[in-house]
Amino acid sequence: MAPITMIEGIRQAMFEEMDRDPAVVAIGEDIGVYGGAFKATEGLLAKFGRERVIETPISETAIVGAACGMGFLGLRPVAEMQFIDFIACCFNQVTNFVAKSHYLWGAPVPMVIRGPSGGGVHGGPFHSANPEMYFVHTPGLKIIYPSTPSDAKGLLKSAIRDNNPVLFFEHKFLYRRIKEEVPEGDHLVPIGKAIVRREGTDLTIISYAAMAHTSMEAAEQLAKEGIEAEVIDLRTLLPLDRETILTSVKKTNKLLIVHEDTRTGGIAGEIAAIVCEGAFEDLDGPIARVTGLDTPVPYAPTLEERFLPNTEKIVAAARELAKY
Amino acid sequence: MSNPLTREQHLELYYFMQLNRQLEERMVRLFRQNKIVGGLYSSLGQEAVSVGSCYPLEKKDWIAPMIRNVGALLVKGVPPRDIFTQHMAKYTSPTQGKDGTSHFGDLKVRHIVSPISMLGDLIPVMTGVAMAGRYLGQNIVALTWIGDGGSSTGAFHEGLNLAAQQRAPFVLIVENNQWAYSTPVSRQVPVKNLADRAVAYGIRSWIVDGNDVLAVYNASKEAVDECRAGRGPALIEVKTMRMRGHAQHDPAEYVPKQMFDYWKARDPITLYEKYLTENKIWDSKAKAEIDARIERELDVEQKFAEDSPMPPPELAEEGVYCDGCHEIEAAWQRPKAEVMPPRCSIEPGWQVKDYGSYAEVEAITKQIAAPVVAGGGNGSKVAKPVVKSGGKPPQKQQPRLAEPETPDIPRVPFGRGPKDKSVRETQNPRDRHQNPRDKRGRR
Ligand SMILES: Cc1ncc(C[n+]2csc(CCOP(=O)(O)OP(=O)(O)O)c2C)c(N)n1
Ligand SMILES: [Mg+2]
Repeated sequence: MAPITMIEGIRQAMFEEMDRDPAVVAIGEDIGVYGGAFKATEGLLAKFGRERVIETPISETAIVGAACGMGFLGLRPVAEMQFIDFIACCFNQVTNFVAKSHYLWGAPVPMVIRGPSGGGVHGGPFHSANPEMYFVHTPGLKIIYPSTPSDAKGLLKSAIRDNNPVLFFEHKFLYRRIKEEVPEGDHLVPIGKAIVRREGTDLTIISYAAMAHTSMEAAEQLAKEGIEAEVIDLRTLLPLDRETILTSVKKTNKLLIVHEDTRTGGIAGEIAAIVCEGAFEDLDGPIARVTGLDTPVPYAPTLEERFLPNTEKIVAAARELAKY
Repeated sequence: MSNPLTREQHLELYYFMQLNRQLEERMVRLFRQNKIVGGLYSSLGQEAVSVGSCYPLEKKDWIAPMIRNVGALLVKGVPPRDIFTQHMAKYTSPTQGKDGTSHFGDLKVRHIVSPISMLGDLIPVMTGVAMAGRYLGQNIVALTWIGDGGSSTGAFHEGLNLAAQQRAPFVLIVENNQWAYSTPVSRQVPVKNLADRAVAYGIRSWIVDGNDVLAVYNASKEAVDECRAGRGPALIEVKTMRMRGHAQHDPAEYVPKQMFDYWKARDPITLYEKYLTENKIWDSKAKAEIDARIERELDVEQKFAEDSPMPPPELAEEGVYCDGCHEIEAAWQRPKAEVMPPRCSIEPGWQVKDYGSYAEVEAITKQIAAPVVAGGGNGSKVAKPVVKSGGKPPQKQQPRLAEPETPDIPRVPFGRGPKDKSVRETQNPRDRHQNPRDKRGRR
């Protein structure tokens, strides 16, 4: 199979799932005739028609609310946020209606909300956000943030088949920058399982999304200096794969966490707590983190570069940690 | 108030309204005995709204109640014990004690979506229910309620607009009970009739006497029929009155006494009793029988609730995710092949009816009659969307001055960079604008 981009992986997942199950429908702004702001749904309308590719007014609350209602009748809607930043507009629907339904009254909501996320493309403060942690803090949701085309495809397919509401973050920097061969056939990737992208012995770097790639680059650079980093790509942020995290830390005894999201309240803090609870005795050094700044994502390239973690910052932090 | 209902149906309407009232009166007593865990809301004086609007629905139709729609739950077949146990946070309640009030639902049998406290959010959700029902070929109608206060939320607008754009089989009952907590309706919205909102969505609307159960029933029946025939959505404003405070804790001293008096004279149950008597639909014996039946039933249901246990503490940890505990299976009432390729495939693209110019609007407006106003009472006049020209043709625009004003406003440094710091340290803040780097003015 020819290598494909991440956006193509997402598109294929949509086509395959809609072909497989008539309960799967797509809903969002400009997703039909135009094919979505990033063309993730291109061609969907022609193949599946207006009943299944529902183009809505600019109403995020209505999109998520309606998708939730459809879920109650057994449909499996996939709602698109044109940019994930706009999920703030329907925060209430997501956190109070969708996330709590099963716990409170036993009503599963089998829906997916997906959307382009993250920075690095000079989108500015309202088109670059990584709002995952608002939702990681919301019981009832599952949160996925893949870093490769095959994971994006396999995880989106799993998300659509899941009985729970899944938030599916797509890093737009990765949409067309990487290509990969995706396994043939009905390719599913399990939700809730991290993956070790690179084996190492000296320290563990945990990351996800675009920063998983940056961490891999840093690891290669560190290897030249004789530091062997193990790199874990979380892929799912909720529920977190504690086992993979703890197994790796017990092996390398040092932990560096890297995320693009802002620092305070980022997932690094949660992982640090997990490691303190489950592998404190195994630690040979302080848990380190490289993260986005505690600021909005600024617009100017010079400012955004300052905001974002990069290879140099990760290498520098890893070097310090390796000294312990 | 003439209508095609049978005698049994007439009596059933009374039964549900009285059951609604007596059930809530009992809960007030339980509240005073500290047996209700949280707050207690009352629908006293609004029973005709809940019962009359839910009554035309079929078993397959969907509702989502608000806190003052206990009557609708009863009409939908919810046993009173569910309402008692919910309020008392009992393990036997529909949510097993995880939530209270009317916050519970039933996906499989009675087709009820549980509300959440955030007002307005049911509107988009029930729009989705209506859309999904249509998609599955079920020919259902989805109905929910919103208060006069809740009609100001963004979700109300987004949901109703989507419902209208989708022509969803969705009925919205706007329960104008004159008050939103302590705020009168006139201080919430700048329109007299909330039904006027419907014009903005291009949908049909009714204004109904909410204390006249048959008027509510008739309008709702018509709205439900319209939606089922594919001409949804529909909005019904009912004029009624909240006869108690917002909840039990609130003595409602802000409500003028005369206002209570006015509405007390229009009590929906008293009015309906009078109607049944005057029209010889019942006699005092029939009434006594129904009233006794209600007491009997409520005795049993209340005892069940009082005798029920609280949930075991460990339940708190269960049920966040559906881990295969539910089978999700849509109830298809049409061939799936209709929505699968190749049958569902289309030639994508938009058809645009006109080009949207001012000139076109002007031409169309000349052919349209004056605006139609929504009717009241049992009537069902239609509010048609009206194209307005805005009166006069627009004045010829004065050419705008090409040169924007560029006042020499200092750019106040707000970063913490080294330069800004030096500015702060070396200069009196008042002189800051004289710094050459600030001469650039604002971005
Ligand atoms: C979005 C939102 N804001 C505030 C509240 C708090 N609140 C609960 S009921 C209520 C008044 C509601 O008035 P109305 O919609 O007219 O309904 P009524 O109580 O009169 O039936 C308020 C402010 C809420 N539940 N939801
Ligand atoms: Mg009110």
